[in-house]
Amino acid sequence: MAIDQQVSSIEAEASSAIAAASDEAALEAIRVAELGKKGRLSLLMRELGGMTPEQRQSAGPALNGLKDRLTAAINARKADLELAALNKRLETEREDLSLPPRYEPIGALHPVMQVFEELAAIFADMGFAVAEGPDIEDDFHNFTALNFPAGHPAREMHDTFFMKPAADGSRKLLRTHTSPIQVRAMLSSKPPIRVIAPGRVYRKDWDATHTPMFHQIEGLVIDDKVHMGHLKSCLTEAFSRFFEVPTTESRFRPHFFPFTEPSAEMDIRCDRSGAEIKVGEGNDWLEILGCGMVHPNVLRSCNIDPEQYQGFAFGLGVDRLAMLKYGMPDLRPYFEADVEWIKHYGFKPWLLPTVTGGLS
Amino acid sequence: MKFTLPWLKDYLDTNADLPAILEAMTQAGLEVEDAHDPRDALKQFTVCRIVSAAQHPNADKLQVCQVETVDGMKEIVCGGLNARPGLVTAYAPIGAFIPGSGITLVPKPVRGVVSNGMLCSGGEMQTDEDPFRLRIARFDDWKFRAEALGLSEEQAIADGGIIELPDTLKVGSPVADALALDTEIDFEVTPNRPDWLGVVGIARDLGAKGVGKFTAPEVKPVPGKFKSPVTVRIEDETACPVFAGRLIRGVKNGPSPEWMQKRLKAIGINPKNMLIDVTNYISFDRCRPLHVYDAKKLTGNIVARLGTEEDSFVALDGKTYSNLVEMCVIADDSGAIGIGGVMGGESTGCSIDTVDVFIESAYFDANRTARTGRSTGIISDARFRNERGIDPHSCVDGIELATKLILETCGGEPSEVIVAGKVPDGPAPVAFKPRDMKRLTGLDMPAKRMEQILRSLGFEPVVPPKAQHDAQTIWATKVPSWRPDVEGSADIVEELIRIEGYDKLPNEPLPAPEGPVRVVVTPLQNRVRTARRVLAGRGFLETVTWSFMFHDTAALMIGGANNLQAALTVDNPIASDLDYMRPSMLANLAEAAQRNADHGADDVRLFEAGPVYPGDKPADQRQMVAAVVKASKARDWQGALAPYNAFSAKADLFAILTALDQAPDRFQVGAPEGAHWHPGRSGTLRLGPKQIVASFGELHPAFLKALRVDGPVLAIELGLDALPAAKTKGGKTRPVLDKADQTPVKRDFAFVVEEKVPAADITRIAMKADPKLITSARVFDVYRGANVGEGKKSVAIEVTLQPRGAAMTDEQIEATSSAIIKSVAKATGATLRG
Repeated sequence: MAIDQQVSSIEAEASSAIAAASDEAALEAIRVAELGKKGRLSLLMRELGGMTPEQRQSAGPALNGLKDRLTAAINARKADLELAALNKRLETEREDLSLPPRYEPIGALHPVMQVFEELAAIFADMGFAVAEGPDIEDDFHNFTALNFPAGHPAREMHDTFFMKPAADGSRKLLRTHTSPIQVRAMLSSKPPIRVIAPGRVYRKDWDATHTPMFHQIEGLVIDDKVHMGHLKSCLTEAFSRFFEVPTTESRFRPHFFPFTEPSAEMDIRCDRSGAEIKVGEGNDWLEILGCGMVHPNVLRSCNIDPEQYQGFAFGLGVDRLAMLKYGMPDLRPYFEADVEWIKHYGFKPWLLPTVTGGLS
Repeated sequence: MKFTLPWLKDYLDTNADLPAILEAMTQAGLEVEDAHDPRDALKQFTVCRIVSAAQHPNADKLQVCQVETVDGMKEIVCGGLNARPGLVTAYAPIGAFIPGSGITLVPKPVRGVVSNGMLCSGGEMQTDEDPFRLRIARFDDWKFRAEALGLSEEQAIADGGIIELPDTLKVGSPVADALALDTEIDFEVTPNRPDWLGVVGIARDLGAKGVGKFTAPEVKPVPGKFKSPVTVRIEDETACPVFAGRLIRGVKNGPSPEWMQKRLKAIGINPKNMLIDVTNYISFDRCRPLHVYDAKKLTGNIVARLGTEEDSFVALDGKTYSNLVEMCVIADDSGAIGIGGVMGGESTGCSIDTVDVFIESAYFDANRTARTGRSTGIISDARFRNERGIDPHSCVDGIELATKLILETCGGEPSEVIVAGKVPDGPAPVAFKPRDMKRLTGLDMPAKRMEQILRSLGFEPVVPPKAQHDAQTIWATKVPSWRPDVEGSADIVEELIRIEGYDKLPNEPLPAPEGPVRVVVTPLQNRVRTARRVLAGRGFLETVTWSFMFHDTAALMIGGANNLQAALTVDNPIASDLDYMRPSMLANLAEAAQRNADHGADDVRLFEAGPVYPGDKPADQRQMVAAVVKASKARDWQGALAPYNAFSAKADLFAILTALDQAPDRFQVGAPEGAHWHPGRSGTLRLGPKQIVASFGELHPAFLKALRVDGPVLAIELGLDALPAAKTKGGKTRPVLDKADQTPVKRDFAFVVEEKVPAADITRIAMKADPKLITSARVFDVYRGANVGEGKKSVAIEVTLQPRGAAMTDEQIEATSSAIIKSVAKATGATLRG
């Protein structure tokens, strides 16, 4: 039989066998039978050596071509079989993906703590450091140094929490405001001073709008030229950033505090016509903080010469500020550790207030 | 402080409208709380005239009236007994809101007859029931109806009827005009401004503010006709420096004038009789409290002295006050008859029958008055003023004004004024430095303007001829006697900027601080921030709980009640179970977890980052983070996970430490500290034998039982201030990454050891066998069973070897394995499990 015919015959037989092979083993048997060392095609190729150059010239490419085609056909059939096998396996790998994943608790941060961080971010951007002080204070830091006169009502048991007296008759108290941190900051460093002081404060009051413990943040700037114009600009800027509404409008009014002179209260424009207060619009004003130029007596108490240095201070209730921005209707749940409340009003842990990335 | 607009206009000549006046008040520091025109509520009510009144067909008490109204003739059903033809009264149309009854009128049949409006009583309009008292005066005109219904005169008048207006009023005109109601303004008086407790003081500030022209009232002395038979002696001049008095004999007490009653009523004071009303009026008009005694009821003369334990009297509020030590007592020969500046006594009070009246106008020490007020609990207009510090120079003026008003209404003959003691000097002059104005406010104010403002407020500055603002210039400034709050140059600056307006303050950006930008939070503050976010990220909810707790609860966490400190006990707690500064947050958190569980929460994870108080010194206060977990069985369709246990708590604790750059393995695990921790399922992390940094694990069942909390509750407590400073050597630059070039080799070992050997000892010692080569040793199984023997356990560990430079040969690996087995065996008595 001529080589050509043999090639055709082998190709026809092998091709149908490959197509009929139902698994890898059958394919391998075909490969061995045709292309293996003793395979039909291999035996034919051995005969090439004994051929004339002319014969070889036509038989060589024919045999090599057949080898390539069979190899390709086997590989293709192999891939088809693998795919079929995989598809068959995948048929058995079916899950009900409507089933829930494992339970994972979801955490949240308390709104007051978040608002502290928001304010810290704003004031840090204006060069304020964060100062701290103890909750259990003494009369000097909480009252005397802050120019509270003897006999001031705030010094009474009625308004202020006192600790039991010590053996020497002196008694500590729970700070009624964050202002003693001002005093500590002034006593422990030299001007220029620029700090904010967040913390817990305590007053003897418990009703719908007061809790015996709440939070304040205090600000203090002392140098040789800061004045009320700076105060106004600094606070206006800070709170227009804080509320994150398109516009805010603020105004300053005279007020009285023992530790500032002149003293002021800052109001922001708001709308109280609806169920909740809206900041930045409307016809009403809402008081948000007290401020003023540090009283010369306070500077003197803190060993700072009021003829040489001056400064401003401000203080505000953070719980109420958080209510205003985030719409909590009631102050009392702040301290009740109710999981539903914290989940509802709390903040995700990755929500880090920054000046560049937004506060909330 | 409340006042009315016409009252203000006694002293302030102004055409300003109400909004302008309110704005000026706010700008000047008088914080307006409420301002309303009572006429607004009466807009819908107009004057009408009843033309005819016929008996209602279906009701005895009702009449069907034909009424001439602003809307023409109307048929209106009326229940007022006094409704009768010819009566001029008030008409509300259909659709009007009736404030007194809270309803809006609809055309509804009343017993079958449709009423096309309403005829109103004073009460229904929420104004004085019968301001003109015409209903009583004209009782004869309508008493036949009361008699027909079988009602007595008292019943008929009490039952009331519709308002009776003067016949001269025109139908259709506003009822409000007829009632002549005044706009009322209420504002907050800051404690530094007693002068705002008098209408004159308000007018003075508004005049300075430019709202109108202020005219200070002049008081003309009324000459005395005789020497006062009552004398006054001051025994304690600190408590009562000056006491002026005058007797007026032969007065005929009775109602005060209509204008005075109207003003008093508008500010919420019920008129009584002239002698009482005049003291109230002058108190609110001039901030000049007065007291009037019925001279016939006095026993002997008056003395102002300090009270004693024996002192006791019945005050005008009807209550008895005894033991008046430390108080300024006013006494006569019978004993205490009043507390100076706070409240007078019943026994010597004036009544409608008083004939001889003795007027007191004194000055009492403000601080003592405040203390007395608080200890007695008496709230009076006199105390409110005296404790803030009234004008000490106003004593005699007060008497003269009272005399004038009493004589006008009650007649009588005044004695000479007697003055005991000495009028105090009043506020000391202030050395005002004009440069402080610009220095403190940033506002450049001309000297002329400064002087003008100060004079308008009653200050008397001595202005040098060439006023300059340099540091040396001083204006010696006399402070008015009614301004006890002004003590220094800064106070004067406040006056100037207050009157000029805070809106005139420049808006000057705060300059950036000098020097490089610094980190503004401390490392501790950063730790708090990080710890909070790690816990929240791991499913915990942040709480804020009270800094105080019940002392019995605190005792459970500090080793018993013997360790409670007086210095940490709140003497006057808000509630008896919030009386001790917390030594730990765990009790609060466990209790909160239980509260939530009681409300149905089944997986509660709470934490708090806050202070705890081991002592009362500033340095004692600690900054901790604590967390509790009260978890239910975590059921899951894939099979339940191990419950949250001490190792879960340890994992959460380690997560915080890792986030804080504190490698957890630098701490030793020790025994629990404190009776509130489970003895076997909790532990501590220590930096040395004594220094505890953190606790974790299960809380003690007995502790939970005492708190009425169902266990188990797992907890973490970490002292953020107890952690060592994070390593910062070499600054921010990090060492070059030393990445191993060879594949690591892992080998497993199972050691059988005595039960008491901590697993951590095995891994620690295994690591030490070749610290350079061995990069980790991890427990992956702990097995107990018969085949390892009683009282023993098998601890299986995986050791990772990290060769460098060249791969390890089998011999090298074998040698290292032997070294590990040998050292673990030597240190722990372990044998290799076969």
